[in-house]
Amino acid sequence: MDIEEYIASGILELYVAGSLSEKENQEVFEAIQQYPELLNEVLKIESAIIKLTAAGSPIDAKQLFTTIKSKLNLSNNDTKVVSLDKPKSNWIPYSGWAAAIILGGGLLWSITQNNNLKETIRVVENEKEFLEQKIEIANTDLSEAKNLLSILRDKNILSIPLGGQQVSPESYANVYWDKTNNSIYLDAQGLPEPPEGKVYQVWSLTLNPLTPTSLGTIDDFSEDDNKIFTITNTNESQAFGITLEPTGGSESPTLEQLYTLGTVSP
Amino acid sequence: MQRFHTFTWMNLDQLVVRFQQKDVSAFETLYNMYSDSMLGVVNTIVRDNDIAQEVMQDVFIKAWHNAETYSSNKGRFFTWILNIARNAAIDKTRSKSFKNSKQNLNADFFVDIIASSDNLDRQTDSIGIKKFVSKLAEKCKNIIELLYFKGYTQKEASEALEIPIGTIKTRNRGCINELRNMLGE
Repeated sequence: MDIEEYIASGILELYVAGSLSEKENQEVFEAIQQYPELLNEVLKIESAIIKLTAAGSPIDAKQLFTTIKSKLNLSNNDTKVVSLDKPKSNWIPYSGWAAAIILGGGLLWSITQNNNLKETIRVVENEKEFLEQKIEIANTDLSEAKNLLSILRDKNILSIPLGGQQVSPESYANVYWDKTNNSIYLDAQGLPEPPEGKVYQVWSLTLNPLTPTSLGTIDDFSEDDNKIFTITNTNESQAFGITLEPTGGSESPTLEQLYTLGTVSP
Repeated sequence: MQRFHTFTWMNLDQLVVRFQQKDVSAFETLYNMYSDSMLGVVNTIVRDNDIAQEVMQDVFIKAWHNAETYSSNKGRFFTWILNIARNAAIDKTRSKSFKNSKQNLNADFFVDIIASSDNLDRQTDSIGIKKFVSKLAEKCKNIIELLYFKGYTQKEASEALEIPIGTIKTRNRGCINELRNMLGE
């Protein structure tokens, strides 16, 4: 490896910033183990960054360590000095006591060590369990995303954009209508959070004469992360609309609170 | 010179191990090494002295509790704690209470925070750094801000600044070299 070139590439600066991928990080780590010049360079970069960032500090941070220690209930192990009243007394019983204390102390120390290790194992196990859960969640998210993508790509699915209306011109939504399965997928990402005590209600509309049919309310809008909702629709809809209604929904749409509307192109 | 650095590196390694074994004095040493830097990073993100101090304390408390998750093959200890600090500060700016109190937060550069800082009696080279950042080229300001203060990956930085990944690396090296020259290292 050409060390000069490696340093000049700028990869070590990114290593210190934490901007590299896990794989690159590992590679740099191994290279540093092998070539001390690289470590030397990393230390210089790190020291410069520490000084630069520290210049943005409003106060001297050292004074805050005591607060941190007390928040963590920590104290430095102060050794107490016990003075002996009779320095001339017989050393044999004292050395006996000293031996006992050292033995007892050693025993206590091993017990503490053992407990600490057990604690560490427990923490690591918890951590592992937590990471496994995260992987599982990520896998579920991924399969959901794949499922959504397959729906969006299906040629038999009608895509109907719903544009923002007078009450909220910047709102938008999309309806993907799967006629064969009588369901619509509503992508409501472009709607604002509904205020307290209000919900969005989705309407299927037929024109001439204008007849709205409620498809239901979106009660879990805030909790849903991807803001995509699956709704059954058996109507011969000609348009879809979304209104803001009091919790529980309304019999007929409050047209002053019509957020988005879009017609199905024939 | 090299021998010296190798020596400090070994010390740092041992220090981190002792810190992971919950040694309070090792904790204090590491704290003294990095706390000003972390407070600077957090302050640059939250732009409020009191909030910054509170978040910085949480950063070290978190580091203490999660010490065993650090491993040197994942990167530098400094980088590990820097990540905790950036994430904690960014989380803070996203919290409701913060948003309510900081409606009109304008997106200044770290440069302005450093330039307006009046804490000059620290051991850091604040005065030199103030001068340095005020003369820093615009392209360096962007890149240092994103990589060191915002925690962008090289890919994200490349997309945000619309320049190729390779350029990010070399340009950033150039900028950091200027800083090092100014610091006389």
